[in-house]
Amino acid sequence: MKKLIFALFMASAAPLVAQTEVAGTAGGGDAAASSPATAEDDGGLTGSVSDEKAWQDLGIAIPGFSTDADRGTAASAGGTAALGKEVARVITADLRNNGLFLPVGPDALPQPTYPDITAPAWQTWAGRNADMLVQGYVNAAPNGTLTIGCYLYDVQLQSELVRGGWTLQPADWRRGAHKCADLVYSRLSGESPFFDSKIAYIAETGPKDNRTKQLAIMDSDGANHRFITTGQATALTPRYSPDYQSIVYLSYLNGNPRIYIYDIAAATQKLVTQSENPTFAPRWSPDGKSILYSMAVNGNTDIYRVSANGGPSTRLTDTPGIDVGGSYSPDGTKIVFESDRSGSQQVYVMNADGTNQRRISFFGGRAATPEWSPRGDQIAFTHMVGNFRIATMNPDGRGLTYLTNSWQDEAPTWAPNGRIVQFFRTERNSGKTSLWQLDLTGRNLRRLRTPVDASDPAWGPVLP
Amino acid sequence: MNRSLATAALVAAALSMSACQSKAPETLPPQPASPTAPAQSAGPEPGSYAHFKSVLGERDVIYFDTDRFNIDSQDAAALQAQAQWLLQYAGTRATIEGHCDERGTRDYNLALGERRANSAKNYLVSLGVPAERISTISYGKERPVALGSNEGSWARNRRAVTITVN
Repeated sequence: MKKLIFALFMASAAPLVAQTEVAGTAGGGDAAASSPATAEDDGGLTGSVSDEKAWQDLGIAIPGFSTDADRGTAASAGGTAALGKEVARVITADLRNNGLFLPVGPDALPQPTYPDITAPAWQTWAGRNADMLVQGYVNAAPNGTLTIGCYLYDVQLQSELVRGGWTLQPADWRRGAHKCADLVYSRLSGESPFFDSKIAYIAETGPKDNRTKQLAIMDSDGANHRFITTGQATALTPRYSPDYQSIVYLSYLNGNPRIYIYDIAAATQKLVTQSENPTFAPRWSPDGKSILYSMAVNGNTDIYRVSANGGPSTRLTDTPGIDVGGSYSPDGTKIVFESDRSGSQQVYVMNADGTNQRRISFFGGRAATPEWSPRGDQIAFTHMVGNFRIATMNPDGRGLTYLTNSWQDEAPTWAPNGRIVQFFRTERNSGKTSLWQLDLTGRNLRRLRTPVDASDPAWGPVLP
Repeated sequence: MNRSLATAALVAAALSMSACQSKAPETLPPQPASPTAPAQSAGPEPGSYAHFKSVLGERDVIYFDTDRFNIDSQDAAALQAQAQWLLQYAGTRATIEGHCDERGTRDYNLALGERRANSAKNYLVSLGVPAERISTISYGKERPVALGSNEGSWARNRRAVTITVN
């Protein structure tokens, strides 16, 4: 079985070699680039390939990354050699924490030399029962920039499957590790990458009747955590812009709920619309050019669209019920939203211009907070029948699938590859909140580590 | 039997207490001298929020059923008392806060709180209070007063609270 999978990898490996630019070469050059494909004939494709856990069960050795010369770097007190080990730890944690493969990190493995990077010591790894091997290097240029190279090898076939390289500022070194984890994950699973991405959310402290709620951001693995607002004004429901330059969110600044765009680099914010009325539930369009929001006029809430640069708003819904939220399909042509026009919260789809509004949720209970998958094939939402559960359905409303069953799970957000759903969980009575995620198969449920309580997660796209 | 006895005792105690209270002023010695009656300044200043609270008591808040925003007869009585006060003190303004229980999603609750606050506002306007004197704000599920996760707490949190300013 395993052999078969390796053979399949092998067959598709060759055209992928030049996929990413390898900035800089390791050791004695790139001599080891993909040996000619000599896929073993394992007797034909008669076996079943339905066991999708096969790739999940691959043992992957991730020894410390090497360096051409141990130089000082702003990214690590220990120089590039120590940083190389840390990069391998980050890759290992990425894969392990998401239940992907069976990774073994650098602290339990021998350290390859720099020339080893492109010419692996096969016997060493085969003796450790590693199916796959991730090696790489961290080099520092005289101007301080780092180059991180990443190589994925099939130990049994003794061949390279894929490589990548990235030149980064020292402060961004973890991105090199995430890019490498993404490369490995994509190559072995066939899915799109997701590790090199960020999450915006609301950090919560204080008693239940007087919560302090701050806008906060972190990398997908929880690193580089930062509080954006002080908490003096209650902040809610953030969404990263597709280019990560800004965050749209709701703030009670000056006492009234309004949506603002916060510019991360400039640390300034501006109102999205000048309005006498409360505005909330903001969402970006996939191209980042416009923003959906909800506004209550005389108590009646409808959904509007406005340019991210301001200007007049376009009203998209017009019913006496509450129409709220909204999430674009990845191609930007449709919007899924919630409405209680039928008497209770249900999920509706409309064209991006507001035409052709139709209900898609017909399975009892209340259905809220729909979010369209970045792949376009699923809608995640909160289903309320007693408990609040995270569920998915097809865009036509069929295929209801529950992912969680807890007292109150709410507000799903998608990993950029559409394979993982994140949400927040509220604890009964205490009101304490936390971020959780699990993959679409319902496996690998885990709580994300945050410095304080956390709600309203919003996962951004993969960084370019 | 025991209970009715106890009740009788309680009633008697209450009666005697209220008798004491109503009697008390008569037995007080006359005010010493000061013509600037301090008794007056001890109470809240008419038209102030404290005065509104002292006059309205618990009727500054109205309550709603799950996902509802209609004004029932109990709400109407409270709002009539609020309107009476607001009409008497024409220089005041009111803010109505709309709230929800925790068993709703965040965005929807912001909308629902706004709808509840507006229900209360519209009722006050129908009783003659000028609309421009009343503003609304929704806190959704962000500011509960009852902290349990049970129907009793949720019922107390589904509310519209009137606050006045001079």
